[in-house]
Amino acid sequence: MRQLYFLFIGILFGIIMFKSEAASWFRIYEMFQFKSFHMYGIIGSALFFGVIIIQVIKRLKLKSAFGETIQIPNKEKSVSRYILGGTLFGLGWGLAGACPGPMFTLIGAGFIPILVVIFFALIGTWVYGLFMNKLPH
Amino acid sequence: MEWIFKPWPWYIGGPLIAFVMFLLLFFGKNFGMSSNLRTLCTICGAGKSTRFFDFDWKTQQWNLLVAFGAIIGGWIGVNWLSDSIAVQLHPDTINQLHQFNIKSAGEAYMPEELFSLQALSNPKVLITLSLGGFLVGFGARYAGGCTSGHAISGLSNLQLVSLYAVIGFFIGGLAMNHFLLPYFF
Repeated sequence: MRQLYFLFIGILFGIIMFKSEAASWFRIYEMFQFKSFHMYGIIGSALFFGVIIIQVIKRLKLKSAFGETIQIPNKEKSVSRYILGGTLFGLGWGLAGACPGPMFTLIGAGFIPILVVIFFALIGTWVYGLFMNKLPH
Repeated sequence: MEWIFKPWPWYIGGPLIAFVMFLLLFFGKNFGMSSNLRTLCTICGAGKSTRFFDFDWKTQQWNLLVAFGAIIGGWIGVNWLSDSIAVQLHPDTINQLHQFNIKSAGEAYMPEELFSLQALSNPKVLITLSLGGFLVGFGARYAGGCTSGHAISGLSNLQLVSLYAVIGFFIGGLAMNHFLLPYFF
């Protein structure tokens, strides 16, 4: 039963990604060209509300639907992994025009070639797992 | 209600993404989509090759359901909630893409030159999609998160390292877009 909540949150997320055009290759292209405010508006307004939401949750020590205090983990401290990993991610984002959330949305929207992107994203994830100990973190 | 069937402006989309993040926190989880790629590797048996994938994937079942929901959401978006899906682009963007032979710019949701079944028979397109996917998958795990995990969740939680990751996203994205992309078309 609990699992159904997550399915519905995912459906809502997929609709938002599709309808806000954040899943469109063109929108990502245009964002990196600085020709449209659209994507910056999406990320910026999500952050505006996101910061408020997280501050409220932390200050009021809000509880989750299941009665536990909501935990928001801090990210591991480092610089190199974030800059290097982030740059590689950005190169892929600029090329395939899709990040991991919209990838799923695009399957449902019927853009079959996205399956190639997802398949190779899985390969990329796996190769990272194989070589992670050899990479600077 | 007319607006629902039109493309949603940023001031609808952005706050709704924050709402999705809130819902996941409210149900005791965190917003991060690229973790699903790791979980899918584990389901495919990658735990045998390296310990990074050796974990109980059932603990991530909730996130796979979010991803599965996102697939359904995409289907609903295109079939029930849209009367036209063409993305309205800046005229400069359309001109530029026309120069790259992306003729569908301004008339489609995704470039037909990359995301139609016919396009898949073009080896250049296959290289573009597979290299793009590989870098997204590799980079997201290396950076410990993607757009949802860092640009939304991490920055909302005022994590300095997420800012480094997002700076990386833009270094890579701008380099690809301005210097490398022309070689792929």
